[in-house]
Amino acid sequence: MSERLDEVPDASQRAGREAGGESAHPRPALQKRRFGRRMRRSRSAAVAPSTFDIRDLLSESLAGLLQRPARSALTAMGTVLGVGTFVAILGLTSTTSSQIDARFSVLTATEVNVEDVASDRNPYAGLAFPKDADRRIEALNGVKDAGVYWTVRLDEANSVRSSPASKEGERSTVVAASPGVLRAADPTMAQGRTFDAFHEEHAEQVAVIGAGLASRMGITTLETHPAIFIGDTPFTVIGIVADVERKANLLLSVVVPRSTGLALWGEPTDEPAKMLISTQIGAARQIAHEAPTALRPDHPEYLRSIPPPDPKTLRADVTSDLSQLFLLMAAVCLAIGAVGIANTTLVAVLERTGEIGLRRALGARGRHITLQFLAESAALGSWGGLFGTSLGTLTVLLVAVLRDWTPVIHPGTVAAAPLIGLCTGLLAGLYPALRASRVQPAEALRR
Amino acid sequence: MTARHHHVPPVIEFRSTALTYPGPPPVEAFKPCTLRVGRGDFVSVVGPSGSGKSTFLNIAGLLDAPTGGTYLLDGMDTGALKDAERTALRGRRIGFVFQSFHLLPHRTALENVILGMTYNGVPRTERAARARQTLVRVGLSGRLDALPTRLSGGERQRVAIARAVAGRPSLLLCDEPTGNLDTRNAESVLTLLEELHADGMTVLVITHDPAVAARGRRTITIRDGVLDEQGPGVAAS
Ligand SMILES: Nc1ncnc2c1ncn2[C@@H]1O[C@H](COP(=O)(O)OP(=O)(O)OP(=O)(O)O)[C@@H](O)[C@H]1O
Ligand SMILES: [Mg+2]
Repeated sequence: MSERLDEVPDASQRAGREAGGESAHPRPALQKRRFGRRMRRSRSAAVAPSTFDIRDLLSESLAGLLQRPARSALTAMGTVLGVGTFVAILGLTSTTSSQIDARFSVLTATEVNVEDVASDRNPYAGLAFPKDADRRIEALNGVKDAGVYWTVRLDEANSVRSSPASKEGERSTVVAASPGVLRAADPTMAQGRTFDAFHEEHAEQVAVIGAGLASRMGITTLETHPAIFIGDTPFTVIGIVADVERKANLLLSVVVPRSTGLALWGEPTDEPAKMLISTQIGAARQIAHEAPTALRPDHPEYLRSIPPPDPKTLRADVTSDLSQLFLLMAAVCLAIGAVGIANTTLVAVLERTGEIGLRRALGARGRHITLQFLAESAALGSWGGLFGTSLGTLTVLLVAVLRDWTPVIHPGTVAAAPLIGLCTGLLAGLYPALRASRVQPAEALRR
Repeated sequence: MTARHHHVPPVIEFRSTALTYPGPPPVEAFKPCTLRVGRGDFVSVVGPSGSGKSTFLNIAGLLDAPTGGTYLLDGMDTGALKDAERTALRGRRIGFVFQSFHLLPHRTALENVILGMTYNGVPRTERAARARQTLVRVGLSGRLDALPTRLSGGERQRVAIARAVAGRPSLLLCDEPTGNLDTRNAESVLTLLEELHADGMTVLVITHDPAVAARGRRTITIRDGVLDEQGPGVAAS
């Protein structure tokens, strides 16, 4: 702090300078003083300076706060709310986005779907996917597996049965899929295997079924080459799938080769054909972009690809609108908190004018008074910040427990929040504290 | 003391010292005057209300700086000092006692006396012991932990006096120290001031009560900002 800021000249001294000619001996006094100032450096050792160390500062300001505990607590309330909201918003935001991150696994990030939308454009276009669709897509850089599939439309007579004689059919769907679909879905086989290019090429009557369906149909082993019937057509079950990573509804379906489905039941009718592509990490969006052209250079518009959602935009979508609003509210709370502290400190300065005068009479410098009031408001702000941080953290914990989420609070948030409180207090106390140092001791003591 | 052979400067020395409050209109509250108050003196300053008694005390106590002339405290020209030095000098050399006590209401008698040694360089470790000692000295050994609100007026003023002298100032300035007290309490305070004087303290008491003024060894009258003394030591300039 500069000398000028913290030492306010006593009233009459300043008054003498201001009054100019009106004062009794203004000019000579002024000149003498200026001269004296120049000489002073060598003589100033005669007066040992006033003392007020950090421990005095702390104990005096703490005493000042504890004298009015209720008022101090209420004053800090605005900061508590502001910092609390701040921590809660940031905590909840990071908690929900980590929640999204958890759901948004690598699997989702490496999946591209392509839909046949040809019938929207041209009712006579037929199946938009070419026969060699899998090969075309798998030739692209970054593609792991790709396959075309659709749900076969079956009437009542053509339901899935364990034998041609049984009346009761399973109400399970039949999916015609090229071999790449089963690879891309990343299945875990309970028994057997998935069909391959050979089965596809020869339109073999083979099927891969889910474990649940298998047990309902009484199929326990594949060693006996069990068959199932779709309508009256027999299919050899060559694989039982325990689980899949993608397209969970495959578990509930009878999956047959695409060519077989096409031969037996024709092109897809009510539900358009789709393609499932699994990609290398990071390649999905590029592949989604290239796929329609690679499949149908002549009519890329017949196909629509659906890239995986961008995790960043996904997170932003969820968090941005609300959290920005709440952060604004937190800022408003903080501002209100600052005004509250400023107001209370100013009132305290006015109330304690006599005390300030007394302290000045006891040898306190203007800067000691400033520091004391600044320390009080800073302590109020920090206390509000600490309390607000705990409240905000508790809120995040509570919400996380209720929603069964993992609470995530960035350590930086927890560290910064009390500091925000401290800064609020310091900023709010600045004006009242400077005003306190300008109190004229003679005037203050007259009360 | 070797100082006996030296020239011992007076505690207070006014040389044509004057103070004019800069209005408007400007008020010549303290007209130029010359005055010496020696070490160990007990001076009463009497005068009617508005005569300039407090103005005089404020100059002597470095709470206000004169607008004319020179004021030497303990031989030091106070006009040549920076504000920080004047403040430090005030804290170390002068003890104040006010009519309205100015005790902090939430602090005990002991804590109030300790406050008097916070700014003038008394080491923290010594403050409590010295405060206790001083409170015993002013006859309040039983009321160390009492809050001011629980003390009688005379006891409060004795706490204030203890606060003023605990830092061992060279000058004790009292502005109407008995103004708020009944006769009995006033008597106890005056007795205490006499005792302190007897111990060697330089005491200056401002009062409008002639009976109080009579307790001083020397009486100065002030009227319309003009000092006047019955006896030697003061001269209008
Ligand atoms: N800050 C000021 N500005 C202008 N005039 C002032 C100021 N302070 C005091 N005065 C005037 O100076 C004169 C002397 O005032 P002072 O306070 O010294 O009187 P006093 O003798 O102490 O009176 P009392 O016995 O009532 O306390 C009065 O006329 C008063 O109105
Ligand atoms: Mg007065």
